[in-house]
Amino acid sequence: MKVATRLALVVCLCAATLLASAPAPQPVNQGEELARVDGATGRYGGHLVVGQRSEPKTLNPVTATDAVSREVFERLHADLIGINRGTQKAEPALAKLWKISPDGCIFTLKLRKGIRFSDGHPFDADDVVFSFTVYLDEAVSSPQRDLLIIDGKPLSITKLDQYTVRFSLPHPYAAAERLFDSFAILPRHILEKPYREGKFVQVWALNTPPNEVVGLGPFRVKQYWPGQRIVLERNPYYWKADRENHRLPYLDEIVFMFVGSEDAQVMRFEAGETDLINRLSSENYALLSKEQSRSRSQLADLGPSLEYNFLVFNQNDLSGKKLDDIARKQVWFQDLKFRQAVSAAVDRDSIVNLVYGLRGTALWGNVGPGNKMWVNQSIPHPQRSLETARQLLKSASFTWNAAGDLLDRTGQVVEFSIATSSSNAQRMKMATLLQDDLSHLGMHVHIVPLDFRAIVDRVFQSFDYEAAIMALGGGDADPNPEMNVWLSNGSTHLWRMNETQPATAWEREIDQLMNQQMVTLDYHKRKKLYDRVQQIIAEQLPFIFLATPNILAGAKAEIGNFQPALLDHYTLWNADQIYLRNAESAGIR
Amino acid sequence: MRSKPRIRLLIVLLIGMHLVILLAGFFAPYDSKEQNRNLPFAPPMRLHFTGTSGFHLRPFVYGVVSDSEGFRDDSAQQYPVRFFVRGSSYSLGLFKSDLHLFGVDSPARIMLLGSDAFGRDELSSLLFGGQISLAAGLVATLFTLAMAAVIGTVSGFYGGWIDESLMGVSELFLSLPWLYFLLGIRAFLPLHVSPVGTFLLLIGVIGAIGWARPARLVRGVVLSARTKNHVLAARGFGGSDLYLLRRHILPETFGVLLTQAALLVPLYVGAEATLSFFGLGVSEPVPSWGNMLAALQHYSVLVSYGWLLAPAAALVVTSVIYRMLADALQPARY
Repeated sequence: MKVATRLALVVCLCAATLLASAPAPQPVNQGEELARVDGATGRYGGHLVVGQRSEPKTLNPVTATDAVSREVFERLHADLIGINRGTQKAEPALAKLWKISPDGCIFTLKLRKGIRFSDGHPFDADDVVFSFTVYLDEAVSSPQRDLLIIDGKPLSITKLDQYTVRFSLPHPYAAAERLFDSFAILPRHILEKPYREGKFVQVWALNTPPNEVVGLGPFRVKQYWPGQRIVLERNPYYWKADRENHRLPYLDEIVFMFVGSEDAQVMRFEAGETDLINRLSSENYALLSKEQSRSRSQLADLGPSLEYNFLVFNQNDLSGKKLDDIARKQVWFQDLKFRQAVSAAVDRDSIVNLVYGLRGTALWGNVGPGNKMWVNQSIPHPQRSLETARQLLKSASFTWNAAGDLLDRTGQVVEFSIATSSSNAQRMKMATLLQDDLSHLGMHVHIVPLDFRAIVDRVFQSFDYEAAIMALGGGDADPNPEMNVWLSNGSTHLWRMNETQPATAWEREIDQLMNQQMVTLDYHKRKKLYDRVQQIIAEQLPFIFLATPNILAGAKAEIGNFQPALLDHYTLWNADQIYLRNAESAGIR
Repeated sequence: MRSKPRIRLLIVLLIGMHLVILLAGFFAPYDSKEQNRNLPFAPPMRLHFTGTSGFHLRPFVYGVVSDSEGFRDDSAQQYPVRFFVRGSSYSLGLFKSDLHLFGVDSPARIMLLGSDAFGRDELSSLLFGGQISLAAGLVATLFTLAMAAVIGTVSGFYGGWIDESLMGVSELFLSLPWLYFLLGIRAFLPLHVSPVGTFLLLIGVIGAIGWARPARLVRGVVLSARTKNHVLAARGFGGSDLYLLRRHILPETFGVLLTQAALLVPLYVGAEATLSFFGLGVSEPVPSWGNMLAALQHYSVLVSYGWLLAPAAALVVTSVIYRMLADALQPARY
C-alpha cells in the first residue's frame, strides 16, 4: 500500500514536471528597479521537495494565525522592508530606501519602480496603501494588527506619489523599520473588490484557483492536492536578480509535501524523497549525521535559538473561579523564595545533555546567548545547588517531615502538577527531569501530558493548571516583539493574565522600562533599559528558565545557497536564491 | 488427560514468572526511578568470565566510559558481580528490605539490559513495570470475570426480558471502539490523578469494558445447564434458585471461566501496554511495560536503541505462555 502510494506519487511528480514545466523568468527590462543579491550564482531549474508536518490552513497572509500556513505563503509574498535572516538586520525589499525624520515619527519609503505582481500587473503605492488599510481594519481582525497600534494609536499611511509612501507614527518607535517585516503587500487589483464587499476573510483559501492568488514573492501557487502537497512555481516577474543580472528565483518549483510528523520528515529525507528539513530535533540530527556521508546531505548546527523553554507557575487571580485547590497552592507559587528554590534545584546541564544531546544551552533569563545584540551578559548562571534550595525553602518557613516530604507552614505536603504538551517529546523529558530534581527537595510533582491546545486553553483562558512547561520567543531578535510577554497587560503575560494594573512593584518597573525602550531610538540606551528588564526577570523568576535548543537543519548536498539562519523561516528564507547544483542533469531545462 | 503435565509445566512457568515480578525489588539491582544522568541510552552490559587476569568463576563487568562515539567498556576497571547485596530500599507488602539478588560495587553500575533516556536501569524498570502490567492484567481479569459470571448467570438463568436486555447491553459493549472510548474518558479526568489512582482507573475501565464476551459464554452454559435433568429434578424437589445456582449451575461455568481467564490476562496486559503507550496509563516516573515502550514512538530511538524493546519481548513471552495454557485447558474442560 505504502509502496504503491509512493510510486504513484513519484510518477505523478515526474509527469507533472514533464508535462507542465514552470514559466521561464521574464527578461530584465531597463525600467525595472530590481534588487541585486550577493551570494553564489546558481543554475536555473529543478524542484525542491520539502516535508511539512501538516497542511497549511489558508493562503491569506492577513488572517492566518498558524505557523504552517506562514511557512508556505511567505514564499508567495514580499514585504516593504525585510529582516535579513542571515544578518538579522533590516534591509530594503519592495521599498528600495527609506528615510526617518529626526524625531523618529515619520518614515518615508521609496518603492521600486517598474516591478510586477506574479500575474504581470504593475505594483505601486496604491497597493501599499490598500494593504495597510486592510491590516488596520478591525473588521478583518488580522493578528498582526496589534503591531501597527502604538500606544493605543494606529500608524497612518499616505501616498505621496506613485512610488512614495509615508508612514506616520503617533510617537517614536525603536527599530520601527523591523515592523514592516512579514507584512505582505497585497494586490489591490485582485483583492479590493472582495474587501469592499466585506468578503476579505474568505479570500485565498486553499481551494482558490491558483491564478487568483497573486503576490510579489519569488513563487506563485501552481497546484494544491488536498492532504498531499502544494506545489509552488517560479514567479516569472520576481523583483530580485543575482550578480549576473539573472532574474531570481533559480528553482522552477517548490513542493511542500504534507508528511505528518518530524519523524516522518526524517524518514522521507533519509529515503531521498525530500530535499530539505527546516528544523530537526537533536536526536534526529544525531541520527542523520551518522549516515551523512552515505546519504550525501549537509547538516547545519546554528547554535542556540532565540526560543526559551520555561516552567511557569499559575499566579493568576482565581477569584470567581472554582479552583480552590489551585488557589491554595498559589501561596507557594507567589512566594519568590519558593520559585528561587525550584530554580536552584533544576539541573539545567542535564536538560541540555539528556534532552538536547548537548545541542542546546542552559538558560537563566529570557534572552539567550543566541541573541548576541541583546543578551545581558551580567546575569548570573548559578550552579545547581540542592543545599541553596533547601536553605531558601527553610527561610520561607517550609519544613520536612520524617519521610522527607516538604511541608508548607500549614503542614500541607507540597504537591503540584506540571502540565506539558504530550506531543512535544523534549518538553516531556524536561518534565521528567524536573520531577526527579524536585523530588530531592521533597516536592511531589505529577506530570500531566495534555494535548497542546488543551494546555493553551488552560494557560490562557481557564487558568485550570498549577504549573506548565512552555516555550516562547524565536520570532525576532529585537525586544519589541517581547512586549506582549513582559508588559503587565500584555496578551502573553502568562503567569498572571489580564492584569488591569501591575500586581507588583517589579512588574510596574518592567512596564516602565519596556515602554521606554520602545520609544528610545539609540541602541545603547535601549540595550541598557532592556538589560535591566532581563535582570529583574532573572531575579523575580516569573518563569523558571530552563534551556534553549540549537537550531538544526539539513538539506541534500546538491542544494546550493543553503544558508540556514537563527530566525524563522530557518531554511527557506532565501528560497529565491536556493538552487540545485545538478539542475541541468535533472533534465528539466 | 494427556495434556496434564503440559498444563503443570505451564503453570509452574507462570508462577515462576509472577514470583520474579512480585519480588521485583529483590531481583532488580536498582530502584526503577533512580536516574543516572551520565549514562543515558547505555547499551546492555555483558557479563565476563575471562579478563586480563585469566578466568574467574565469579562473573564481572567492565566500567563504562563515554566518548563522542557513545559508550564503551573500560577494560582497566573490572567490577565483580556480588550476590545478596544491600542497595536501594523497597517494600514488599508490609515489610521493607534493601537486599538485592545481585549488584556491583559503586561507582560502577550493572545494567544487563542497558538504560533508558534518563539512565534508568532497563532491567529494573522491566521488573517493576511488570508489577503494574501483570497486576493490571490479573485484577482486570478478576473484575471482568466476576461481572461476566453474575450477568451471564442472571441472564441465562432467568431468561425472558432480563436476558434480552442484558444481552442487548452486551452487544453494545462488544461494538464499542474501546480505544477511542478511553481517549474520551481521559479528557474528562481531573488535572492530576496520582499514579495509584490512574492504575485503579485503568483496571476499572479495562475490566468493565471486557465483560460482554465471557458473559455470553457463561449465559450459554447456564442456559443449557438449567434444562438438564438433574437440575430439573432438583427444582422439582423444591430447591431454591440460590441453591440450584450454587449447587448445580455455577460449578458448570467454572471451566469456561478458567479458559477465559487464561485468554483475558494476556489480552489485558496488552491493553494496559496499549493505553500506556498512548499516554493514557500510569505516568512517569512509575514504569509499566506500555509506558516504557512509549519511548520507542520516536524514530531515532527505535532505530538506535534496540534494547529498549525488552518490554515488548516480555509482553510476547507472557502472552504466549498464557495462550498455551488456554489451549491446554480447552480439551481438559470436557
